[in-house]
Amino acid sequence: MKLVIINYGAGNIKSIQFAFKRLGVDAILSNNPDEIVAADKIIFPGVGEASTAMNMLKESGLDILIPTLKQPVLGICLGMQLLCKSTEEGYTKGLGVFNTDVKRFSNDVKVPQMGWNVIKDLKSDLFEGIKEGAYMYLVHSYYAEHCEQTIAKTDYGINYASALQHNNFYGVQFHPEKSSLAGEKILENFLKL
Amino acid sequence: MLTKRIIPCLDIKNGRTVKGVNFIDLRDAGDPVELAKQYADIGADELVFLDISATLEGRATTLDMVLHVAEQVNIPFTVGGGISSIEHVDDLLKCGADKVSINSSAVKRPELVNELSNKFGSQCIVVAIDAKQIDGHWKVHLAGGSIPTDIDLFEWAKEVEQRGAGEILFTSMDHDGTKNGFANEALAKLSSELNIPIIASGGAGNIQHFIDTFKEGKADAALAASVFHFGEIPIPELKRALKNNNIEVRL
Repeated sequence: MKLVIINYGAGNIKSIQFAFKRLGVDAILSNNPDEIVAADKIIFPGVGEASTAMNMLKESGLDILIPTLKQPVLGICLGMQLLCKSTEEGYTKGLGVFNTDVKRFSNDVKVPQMGWNVIKDLKSDLFEGIKEGAYMYLVHSYYAEHCEQTIAKTDYGINYASALQHNNFYGVQFHPEKSSLAGEKILENFLKL
Repeated sequence: MLTKRIIPCLDIKNGRTVKGVNFIDLRDAGDPVELAKQYADIGADELVFLDISATLEGRATTLDMVLHVAEQVNIPFTVGGGISSIEHVDDLLKCGADKVSINSSAVKRPELVNELSNKFGSQCIVVAIDAKQIDGHWKVHLAGGSIPTDIDLFEWAKEVEQRGAGEILFTSMDHDGTKNGFANEALAKLSSELNIPIIASGGAGNIQHFIDTFKEGKADAALAASVFHFGEIPIPELKRALKNNNIEVRL
């Protein structure tokens, strides 16, 4: 199993690497296109501001490479959002893998959403063995709107897509690497895809 | 629904966990990594590590501890204490900390909040505020609560929100160590005037205090130390009691 975490300068990569280490898998951190293409599984992480992160992807040409990947890819948090068509954060054009847009939460709720919330209507092998209403840790100010690719739903002021899937591309808004045992199970499921 | 969070705070000195009673008397309560793992296992939602010796010790000790916690613990954690530069925050986040909390350094140079949130994102910048009432007015205090300032708690909290803080950790110096309950009136005011999460700190003594701070204080999370470290309030029991009082928690 060759697992690569795309290292383009955005996010808490160490935590993801450690989470896989707890599952017995040594992940490689890389921004090298050859190494990424040769991987069995790929994690596309991201924390921070969308336009800054997108510029970092463009600098290394990864914005072109990522949508062409054929193996299972898991976008986490901002990684998932960048796989969408666009995001209101910094009015950024996304990679367009997921057929939906990313909007900012309204000020009727506290922004960012920070903490544990439930995921429902689970529809993917990624959630094998995960209970409806399982708690996941989320930290975000922007959310993906529902589309036909929604595979998990969460309520925070509105009901939004907390996970998406299109072919070999998976995206989760929550942080499985910080979501206790249920999160670890999702990472384990991803390794089995 | 987003749940209310229960956050044990681990004070760290010389790589060991300690808890200050009214910030002065220090008692040893164990190894931070082991304690953190135990807390994650019994249902703590998040952890805060406060390096109370940060100004005296080298950064290496704390960074090493952060790395070990990140390796072994599967819930989010915040690191605070003596943080005053972008480089220091960068080091802590690279070692696996999810958030950092800044306190006195933000009061001394408020632009630091903007710089950190611009570089790392609001989501990982917690501004900790220690305050106590002087002649009926909540005033911000520095250096672990020992130095009073003329700054109003509510004005300061609003300012750091505008500068990009993602969360406020408010400790009432009047309540801390008393075990008489949280500063719910001030907390409710913070929660209504700000649109970022507020963590209540200082005064936890029994389960009812947590119920009150979520219901009356409108807090998004509650932090405590000794009542958890010495087993006075078991976290599973606390969370069941919250649930029975119709407060959303992760069980």
